[in-house]
Amino acid sequence: MTDIEARAREMLNAVHSASDMNALESVRISVLGKKGVLTEMMKGLGAMSAEERKIMGPALNGAKDQLTAAIAARAQTLQAQALNIRLAQERIDISLPARPEIRGAIHPVSQVIDEVIAIFGDMGFSVAEGPDIESDFYNFTALNIPPEHPARQMHDTFYFNEKPDGERLLLRTHTSPVQIRSMEKTKPPLRIIAPGRTYRCDSDMTHTPMFHQVEGLVIDETAHMGHLKGCLTEFCKAFFEVDNVRMRFRPSHFPFTEPSAEVDIGCRRSGGELRIGEGEDWLEILGCGMVHPKVLQHGGIDPDKYQGFAFGMGIDRLAMLKYGIPDLRDFFEADLRWLRHYGFAALDIPSLPGGLSR
Amino acid sequence: MKFTLAWLREHLKTSAGIDAIAERLTAIGLEVESVQDRAAALKSFTVARIISAEQHPNADRLRLCIVDTGREKVQVVCGAPNARAGLIGVFAPAGATIPGSGMMLKASKIRGVDSNGMMCSASELGISDDHEGIIELSGDTPLGASVSSAMGLDDPMIDVSITPNRPDCLGVHGIARDLAAAGLGMLKSGAVEANPGNGPCTVDIGLHFEGVAKPACPMFAGRLVRGVKNGPSPDWLRKRLEAIGLRSISTLVDITNYISFDRGRPLHVYDADKLRGQIHARLGKPGEKLLALDGNEYAVDMADCVIADDNGVLGLGGVIGGMATGCGDATVNVFIESAYFDPLRIAATGRRHGIGSDARYRFERGVDPQFVLPGLELATRMIIALCGGEASNVRVAGAPPAEREPIEFRPERVRALTGMNVADAECVRILDALGFSVDAETRPMEVRAPSWRPDVHGETDLVEEIARINGFDKLPATPLPRLQPVTGLSVSLPQNQVRWSKRVLAARGMMEAVTWSFLSTRMAKLFGGGAPELTLANPISTELSVMRPSLLPNLLAAAKRNAGRGFSDIALFEVGPQYAGEAPQDQSTAASGVRCSQTTPRHWTKTERAVDVFDVKADVFDVLEQLGAPAGKVRITADAPSWYHPGRSGVVRLGPKNVLACFGEVHPAILDALDLRGPVMAFEIILDAVPLPKPRNSTARATLHSSDLQPVTRDFAFLVNSSVTADQVLRAAAASAPDLVTDVSLFDLYEGERVGAGRKSLAISVTLQPREKTLTEKEIDAVAESVIAGVKKATGGELRG
Repeated sequence: MTDIEARAREMLNAVHSASDMNALESVRISVLGKKGVLTEMMKGLGAMSAEERKIMGPALNGAKDQLTAAIAARAQTLQAQALNIRLAQERIDISLPARPEIRGAIHPVSQVIDEVIAIFGDMGFSVAEGPDIESDFYNFTALNIPPEHPARQMHDTFYFNEKPDGERLLLRTHTSPVQIRSMEKTKPPLRIIAPGRTYRCDSDMTHTPMFHQVEGLVIDETAHMGHLKGCLTEFCKAFFEVDNVRMRFRPSHFPFTEPSAEVDIGCRRSGGELRIGEGEDWLEILGCGMVHPKVLQHGGIDPDKYQGFAFGMGIDRLAMLKYGIPDLRDFFEADLRWLRHYGFAALDIPSLPGGLSR
Repeated sequence: MKFTLAWLREHLKTSAGIDAIAERLTAIGLEVESVQDRAAALKSFTVARIISAEQHPNADRLRLCIVDTGREKVQVVCGAPNARAGLIGVFAPAGATIPGSGMMLKASKIRGVDSNGMMCSASELGISDDHEGIIELSGDTPLGASVSSAMGLDDPMIDVSITPNRPDCLGVHGIARDLAAAGLGMLKSGAVEANPGNGPCTVDIGLHFEGVAKPACPMFAGRLVRGVKNGPSPDWLRKRLEAIGLRSISTLVDITNYISFDRGRPLHVYDADKLRGQIHARLGKPGEKLLALDGNEYAVDMADCVIADDNGVLGLGGVIGGMATGCGDATVNVFIESAYFDPLRIAATGRRHGIGSDARYRFERGVDPQFVLPGLELATRMIIALCGGEASNVRVAGAPPAEREPIEFRPERVRALTGMNVADAECVRILDALGFSVDAETRPMEVRAPSWRPDVHGETDLVEEIARINGFDKLPATPLPRLQPVTGLSVSLPQNQVRWSKRVLAARGMMEAVTWSFLSTRMAKLFGGGAPELTLANPISTELSVMRPSLLPNLLAAAKRNAGRGFSDIALFEVGPQYAGEAPQDQSTAASGVRCSQTTPRHWTKTERAVDVFDVKADVFDVLEQLGAPAGKVRITADAPSWYHPGRSGVVRLGPKNVLACFGEVHPAILDALDLRGPVMAFEIILDAVPLPKPRNSTARATLHSSDLQPVTRDFAFLVNSSVTADQVLRAAAASAPDLVTDVSLFDLYEGERVGAGRKSLAISVTLQPREKTLTEKEIDAVAESVIAGVKKATGGELRG
């Protein structure tokens, strides 16, 4: 008995002192293996007397359970130690930079066009288009700007060379030709916006030879200037994302609208920052008016039956005002630093319920 | 158009102040550009006397003055050469802002001596360029008085921007009429009394437009004033002109300028003693020249309307007069010209010669044809009053253009077009106040526009007049009624394709650029463009002179600029128009991009690599697939345009004719021409050519058929001739067992010694998806055999041992 206890204690010591899994396995084999010490001792039980077996049996079984448990426990400890060692060895510098991915961006002009579409789309406008290279008819004559009208000089027009038949094509000076093209294509009621490139022979601090405009046109039997005011007021609130915006409709003159108005919005300039909607200053943002009867006629629409309004505004200018972009010329420079700074994420898709910008 | 408040008050009886007037002007369409209120700017400037002026102890050119401001005596250091005891001048105390410089004056020490203010020069007050010395006022000017009133500077100047349809407002009287109609006072009568002539006008006049369809000068009136004394203008006239930025020249000339701004009626005065024979208007003759009053010599055009005498051209009628016959101090007998010219011809002449005179500005917009004679009478009256002399009878040639037809006017159109509720009576009142004659008894009403309103032709013109005078602030902001059901799309599918392509490319890490639609002819030609019909006649520069045939040249130029700023890994794209011809259908929308240098910046994991053709191929196919193009049906051919590397580029085609896209490495010769370092990859997707996805019958997706059975993958390596494409092998493998093969992919390409010259090894992985039951080894082997046979048949490729 005491012999068993002593031997068991010896074996337990061996288990506890096993320094790694290999050593522990050797101890297990030497104790519980086929030829292990305890296994050999248990084999001797058969040769013992019943009396002897009654004492030795439980003693040996007890020792076996104890050792098995001890080995399992030791194994767990050793595994935990080994894992800790491995983990300690596997430590890396997590401050190392992650794999780079280059990030793209959407140009402010595209973004603002999408914003404008989101707002007017909600008011039932659809998007119309027209070519950049226009005829004199669509750009001027149909818009009630006859050949010798001073407005043709006001628009610094890019012309192409005169053709043998005397026709001279030009780059559209405004998006207004799309008014005529839309009237020709679609019967009233008509609600369109036409964003696009426009060109004027002008280049200085605030003018570039190419810029962007968006045209709006509403034709039906009842649309009046009050609707124009309502429509543009809603637009300005939504676009500048302000609850209230002070607006001023000023009588003006355009050959293709009558009455004509220029629209100012209230703003405040303080310390280089421009606040839209509040303040005592005025900022001109667009021109508009009731479509001139002659323009309706040129578009094939009976001015005695139909009426409506049109407006036009500069997209680049809207972008500058809304996002505080200082210089128009930078829009067309494709400077990566500028695009990165003023650009928008691919997923920033403007919507009215989700917000135009974040 | 500039005028002063006092000037306006000569035509408008009003108690309104400058602010109210400015606000109303803008509200009725006469936009105020600026108001210069010198009384406000000079508020703290007072009249003061220098009591003593002594030499500054530490500076030769400075004087130490004690100044009596009427309230106190202050010490001022002054550098003006005329600073002396007894001088009465203009004192600016510390704290005042000097209008000429915008600087705020501070009490300071100048060369060690205290200076508490400043004695000002005219340039410091911003009233002239004179900075020779400080202002000297007359000895009886009361000390301490406000400088602006003492100097007559307290008349605020208003600058309004007049739209081209309102020539009547290029005279103060017209502006006053608009203000009166808008309820800001009462218009004073502008009637001019005739001056009785004393004897015939000895200068003959005439109109010579035989055979000219539209007379360039329908009416010419004139008269002689004898025995005048020309010289400097009286103070009030000089100040009035100077206040609006005009230089006073001599009384006779100043009178014409005054009437030009007072009534919008340009006139011309000749020294009658320098004229010979009949003064007449006619068209120019070849070889005629004019030395004009601006000092320039102009070669007269045969389309110009000139005023001439027996000696030749005296001036370009209604645009500019000639030097030789102008009035000077020696002028004793003056001939006054008051004429009406054809606006279009005036505009053409002005443009042709580049002359922007006040007379041209008015005549080309249309002066009042009924004011030819009153204008002449007004000038006569002023000349006699200011220069003396005796007027002859008036001579007139021609007549004003015929009066226009009356306009039918329905007051309800004001309500219908503007939404403003303006009563009929108010409509009539407004029109009447603006000088229209209204027959309100008839329906529709009969309205005649006044002669000074050449812009009014029809009913909507009248609506506009009533609306602007009634005030746009009264427009009732009304929401647009909903027109279409919520399912109405505002953006068409093709328009959406354009928008999506931008977002797809941005999501792929590319920066969207917007570049010019035009470029240099040299660049256009490198990209197949530069046709004469796409070349601008008046480009802003040679660099922007022809419409772009492709978006790539501008993007490559942008890449070059960015490389110059130190960026190397550049990924730029643009979605915009390109032009194959001048017709609308020749304009197409392309989504094009360039990638330069490396895919990503250098990184410690060494994941960066040089960009290659397959980066831009991925760009192209990602866009095509996201736009719903049938990417599986496209063919890639190796015949990309000349700006691509011929061996490293492809054309994506759908059918034999429809080119969807091109991609590849940019040709080294193009990079050389652009001075751009390679490698540079590029792509162009013609969005208009990408077929639209088929319209859907339903929003439901097709049922998903996913098998529970494990797919089986088998790898094959084929030895093929180098000319065989990977696409051929992949397509052959896929076609060999179309029911079972769900995917074929290429995972290895080897060219080299081990396969021999002219050959390559392509390793592909074929995925089989059993549908009903697991495939047996035997069945799998059979598929493998048909893959091998299929590839061999299509490409001659052998399974690599």
